[in-house]
Amino acid sequence: MNPFGWLNDQLLRMQWLSDLVRALVEQGMGLPMSGRVGASVHFFIYDTLKIFILLSLLIFGISYVQSHFPPERTRRILGRFTGLRGNVLAALLGTVTPFCSCSSIPLFIGFTSAGLPIGVTFSFLISSPLVDLASVILLASIFNWPIAIAYVTVGVVLAVIGGSLISRARMERHIEPFVFNSPVMVGDDGVPDVRERLRFARDQVRDIVRRVWLYILIGVGIGAAIHNWIPESLINGLLGQDKPWSVPLATLVGVPMYADIFGTLPIAEALVARGVGLGTALAFMMSVTALSLPSIIMLKRVVRTPLLSVFVAIVAGGIVLIGYLFNAFAGAFA
Amino acid sequence: MIIKILGSGCRKCIELADNTRKALAERGQQADIVKVTDFVDIAAYGVMSTPALVIDEKLVSAGKVLSAQEIGELLGKAG
Repeated sequence: MNPFGWLNDQLLRMQWLSDLVRALVEQGMGLPMSGRVGASVHFFIYDTLKIFILLSLLIFGISYVQSHFPPERTRRILGRFTGLRGNVLAALLGTVTPFCSCSSIPLFIGFTSAGLPIGVTFSFLISSPLVDLASVILLASIFNWPIAIAYVTVGVVLAVIGGSLISRARMERHIEPFVFNSPVMVGDDGVPDVRERLRFARDQVRDIVRRVWLYILIGVGIGAAIHNWIPESLINGLLGQDKPWSVPLATLVGVPMYADIFGTLPIAEALVARGVGLGTALAFMMSVTALSLPSIIMLKRVVRTPLLSVFVAIVAGGIVLIGYLFNAFAGAFA
Repeated sequence: MIIKILGSGCRKCIELADNTRKALAERGQQADIVKVTDFVDIAAYGVMSTPALVIDEKLVSAGKVLSAQEIGELLGKAG
């Protein structure tokens, strides 16, 4: 037996939990796993528990790391770099900061008023909802490590290229003037000690679980429906591997939706299980998390339509491209 | 004294407002608590992470839910 494989199965995929829920469903409820009801109930209970357990543990660990990178410090670090290096660093820092898209506007204003180039700020804005460390580990749990690593890589590359293109387009004039005139607060409360960092991590777990639990339940519910109730012919007729429009369609459906990456993962998982291309499922996941109607409406108040359209077009276009790439090279991730 | 709670109406902002009320009650102090929820107004204070606390137009904390005790200390400093 491969000890690494065993650890991966038990800790990350939680095989023990799957077995436990299977026993509960089959013996406790008397629902055979071969039946549709039994299989959906198993998917729902197992996926919900797994996501909540992993989410809580991961957010705790990652928040501890993040307590080293409050927005003021991130802004200071980014201020030292220009050009492509600034974009790369912004995209990377975006991965250790799980800002939901709702807090991106204060960050946008804070970064821009401090004189950071808009390209660098946009690299950060693209990468922070799209890739964070917790989603990487969940992707590894639900799919596998190569897929998780490939996802982060393309997410960061999309953020770097998106930010660079926006800075090339020289669209500073399409930012509302009040953004540049906002004061820059440099206040520094000193370095928190370990106890404060642990408290911060605990508060983050509580806060994030409270914010996302409903999305996770809805996501797992939709996943269970896709898994067992929606006819395979319908799914494949719309999003099948042989349908050239599957990737743009999945992206288009995902753009206006608002949900956390944790809520969309079970949907992507179920889509792939029913034969939808990996790239199509990932495109859906990325467009739901990176763009949403509420965040676009909020952004509209700080940037004008031309810049907003360029931003949405670059991100959506990048996601479609990534979807096609993943579908084309799906064999490499089997 | 005017105390402003900056934040988009999230749960943390409500907790911060509650703790502020507690701190005021403990110190037997009177103050108006104003909630600032529009992010354009929030940005005017240079705040990047909410909830934030402003005492008499001076920003004293950002990105943290302070305990009633911590707010009490800040109120003491603000006089």
